[in-house]
Amino acid sequence: MPHTPLWKRILIWGVVLIGIAFAAPNLFYGRVEQHNDARDAAEKAGFTTAEQQAQIDLWPDWLPSGLVNLGLDLRGGAHLLAEVQVQDVYKTRMDSLWPEVRDSLRTLRDQVGAVRRQPSPDGTLKVAIENPAGLEAAVQAVKALASPVVSLTGAGQNDLEVTVEGNDIVIQLSEAEKVATDNRTMAQSLEIIRRRVDEAGTREPTILRQGTDRILIEVPGIGSAAELKELIGTTAKLTFNPVVRRTSNQSEDPGPRNRLLPAMNEQGVYYVIEDAPVVSGDDLIDSQPTFDQNSRPAVSFRFNTTGARAFGDYTAQNIGAPFAIVLDNEVISAPTIQSHIPGGSGQITGNFTVDEANQLAVLLRAGALPAKMNFLEERTIGPELGADSIAAGSKAAVIAMIAVSVFMIAAYGLFGVFATTALAINMALIFGVLSAIGGTLTLPGIAGIVLTIGMAVDANVLVYERIREELRQAKSPMRAIELGYERAFSAIFDANVTTLITAGVLFFIGAGPVRGFAVTLAVGIFTSVFTALYVTRAIMEIWMRWRQPKTIVV
Amino acid sequence: MAWRLRLAPEKTNIDFFRHQWLTFGGSMALMIVAFIAWGVMGLNYGIDFKGGTTIRTESVNAVDVAGYRAALERLPLGDVAITEVFDTNFAPDQHVAQIRIAALEQTDAVSPETITQVQEALKAVDPQITFTAIDSVGPKVSGELVWSSVMAVAATSVGILLYIWLRFEWQMAVGAVLALLHDVFITIGIWAVFQLKFDLTIVAALLTILGYSINDTVVVFDRLRENLAKYKTMPLRDVMNLSVNETLSRTLMTSITTLIAVGSMLVFGGDVIRGFAFAIFMGVLLGTYSSVYVAKNLVLFIGLDRSEKPKGGKGAADHEFANIDA
Repeated sequence: MPHTPLWKRILIWGVVLIGIAFAAPNLFYGRVEQHNDARDAAEKAGFTTAEQQAQIDLWPDWLPSGLVNLGLDLRGGAHLLAEVQVQDVYKTRMDSLWPEVRDSLRTLRDQVGAVRRQPSPDGTLKVAIENPAGLEAAVQAVKALASPVVSLTGAGQNDLEVTVEGNDIVIQLSEAEKVATDNRTMAQSLEIIRRRVDEAGTREPTILRQGTDRILIEVPGIGSAAELKELIGTTAKLTFNPVVRRTSNQSEDPGPRNRLLPAMNEQGVYYVIEDAPVVSGDDLIDSQPTFDQNSRPAVSFRFNTTGARAFGDYTAQNIGAPFAIVLDNEVISAPTIQSHIPGGSGQITGNFTVDEANQLAVLLRAGALPAKMNFLEERTIGPELGADSIAAGSKAAVIAMIAVSVFMIAAYGLFGVFATTALAINMALIFGVLSAIGGTLTLPGIAGIVLTIGMAVDANVLVYERIREELRQAKSPMRAIELGYERAFSAIFDANVTTLITAGVLFFIGAGPVRGFAVTLAVGIFTSVFTALYVTRAIMEIWMRWRQPKTIVV
Repeated sequence: MAWRLRLAPEKTNIDFFRHQWLTFGGSMALMIVAFIAWGVMGLNYGIDFKGGTTIRTESVNAVDVAGYRAALERLPLGDVAITEVFDTNFAPDQHVAQIRIAALEQTDAVSPETITQVQEALKAVDPQITFTAIDSVGPKVSGELVWSSVMAVAATSVGILLYIWLRFEWQMAVGAVLALLHDVFITIGIWAVFQLKFDLTIVAALLTILGYSINDTVVVFDRLRENLAKYKTMPLRDVMNLSVNETLSRTLMTSITTLIAVGSMLVFGGDVIRGFAFAIFMGVLLGTYSSVYVAKNLVLFIGLDRSEKPKGGKGAADHEFANIDA
């Protein structure tokens, strides 16, 4: 048997050793996890406490410390699939466009006459003008309000689509702008969810956009999906709206495009406010708890340029009028504008406690979700169930391993021992690879590993059966082994590529645990081909060299 | 000669086509039965596909199914199914039940209030009860999941079809893929007949069966390809028999090691994964059978073009990729 060149042997055993080194931390899961957590915490804080140092010392720094991530179904936690109501934003946009449209048509009063907003479906703005002769001028004026779409695919298109229906002008977002808006809404929602989940201090949450309007949220270690929903759903939608009047009648009709909202801290007081806000919390860039001039807790805030300009203009034009600070559909306070407020910073006062001011500042900083979310799927897995699953899964894996080994040794004797050794190395490599690539182990993933135990020996079986056939034709042991590996290769290759195709499809369509299964299956295919073809052969060569057998029995 | 466990004699000469009408016809009949069962009885869809909520409860007290049902009947719920779960891994005082509540109304979102009500009602029956897992899927998603599952099985089949076509001949690709679908449909039929819970993990299992079954078939085909080149004048039927006989020992070995592993998962892997393990177990059995009795029968029916093809000429196109000694 021509021996495998030295560099190849070094490579093979090198891969095996590295694989085992990367797999090893998983045997000490708890210790390594503590080590990693403490190290990360210390790094973040910039200093190390004695307790953290003790935890860091649990595992030497020079050893690999990557672990296989445990999936939600093994660790316990919550999974949510949310659908973002991206259309909500279209409505908000149209509502805030109305005052602009009204103002620009007002300058054409002599041509178009009176301007009225007509009832229309959400996301469209329908405007009636008194004088049909001025329709063209009115359309031109409205079109002038449009601006180019800021996105790659929508380049060259305007954000507004203006059409005429009878004597009415219908305005809505153009398709390109809708796509651009959806993308912004999704990005913003993702960011806000991430910040809120992070604030809860959980470990490695998964927050992913799926498709055009969905977000998948997986948080290990959280008690229930309901808890997670509460965390995410805590909205703090802050707006500043013009006040129409103050009232104590809670069933008063606010009139069109106005809203009746209760005051937060005054019983029985209601405000009628204009629906379209002057500035909204989206333009807020910072908020901090602070104290007002009477040393009562308050929240200070700062707007971005757009917000600052709108706020400045409004305060300049409405000195003496009250305006409402609205948080989550309640009026926090309705101060009277004393003077022009340029610069875009201000203060919210109310009867806050220090804690409330603090919390409000945090909520405002995190920002409001730009659109409502529907939860399409929610799953909670208790940590005990996960632990039970790990225990049962590893028990099954160990028993499968022993049974398959016994079977292989009974069928192929010493060569069965080689195959079994390769199988053990295969298991180590699977864990090594999963740790190195940060793969996630799920319960179906464990099933995938167990399945791999059964199927991994297939390549060896193919080779051994071939060697038997070649031996029957009275070939020398060396030659028989060589031919066995050579001739079995195409079957092994084809069989594994087809399984890989399946794993690929599973990965692309599957979510969560099924995806984990696909990854494990794919990794298992690579490692088992490697161990069955190269490792067994390397072992065999060592043995052949050592024993120099004249005949072999497979 | 050292002792060796032999699953098949060293040299077999079984005529795998002798009872072809019985075996192949039986397969076809089984497929038809599976289809009828699927159509008439339908599948017992889990919440992944139907929408709804499942709640897994655990308690040190025995599961009081009647008590649970009585408590839940007072609530405005849809169909409620309560099953007690048994498993060898459970501690003696570990009593587990699975409660499945059909989706209430045609809403996308899942009502957390309902879940809270259910939990409170059950706590009233058994104060020690804990809820180890709660899954809720809205009807909107479940409809999509059905679709994406069908697409997955189709995409995998097409992928395999293309690959086998590239590496072998189109007749073999067709035979292999039809044999795969045979395995998949009979597995689905078993799920319909026994009304086993059909959820996303079962789809994953079906895809795994595709992968495993093709594995088996490819090994036989690979040998067939080799033997076709070796025995150019032997009738196709005999070459096929020879190929299956030559690989029989391997087929049995691999099937048994896989069954041992999956069987261990079935028995010791816990109840959460049992449906999945059972589906794969059935699939391995079917896959072994179909690669010996179904795939090559189909190829024999279609026939193979064995005429000598001029090298590099037009006719060689179909073998182009087969010649790569991968």
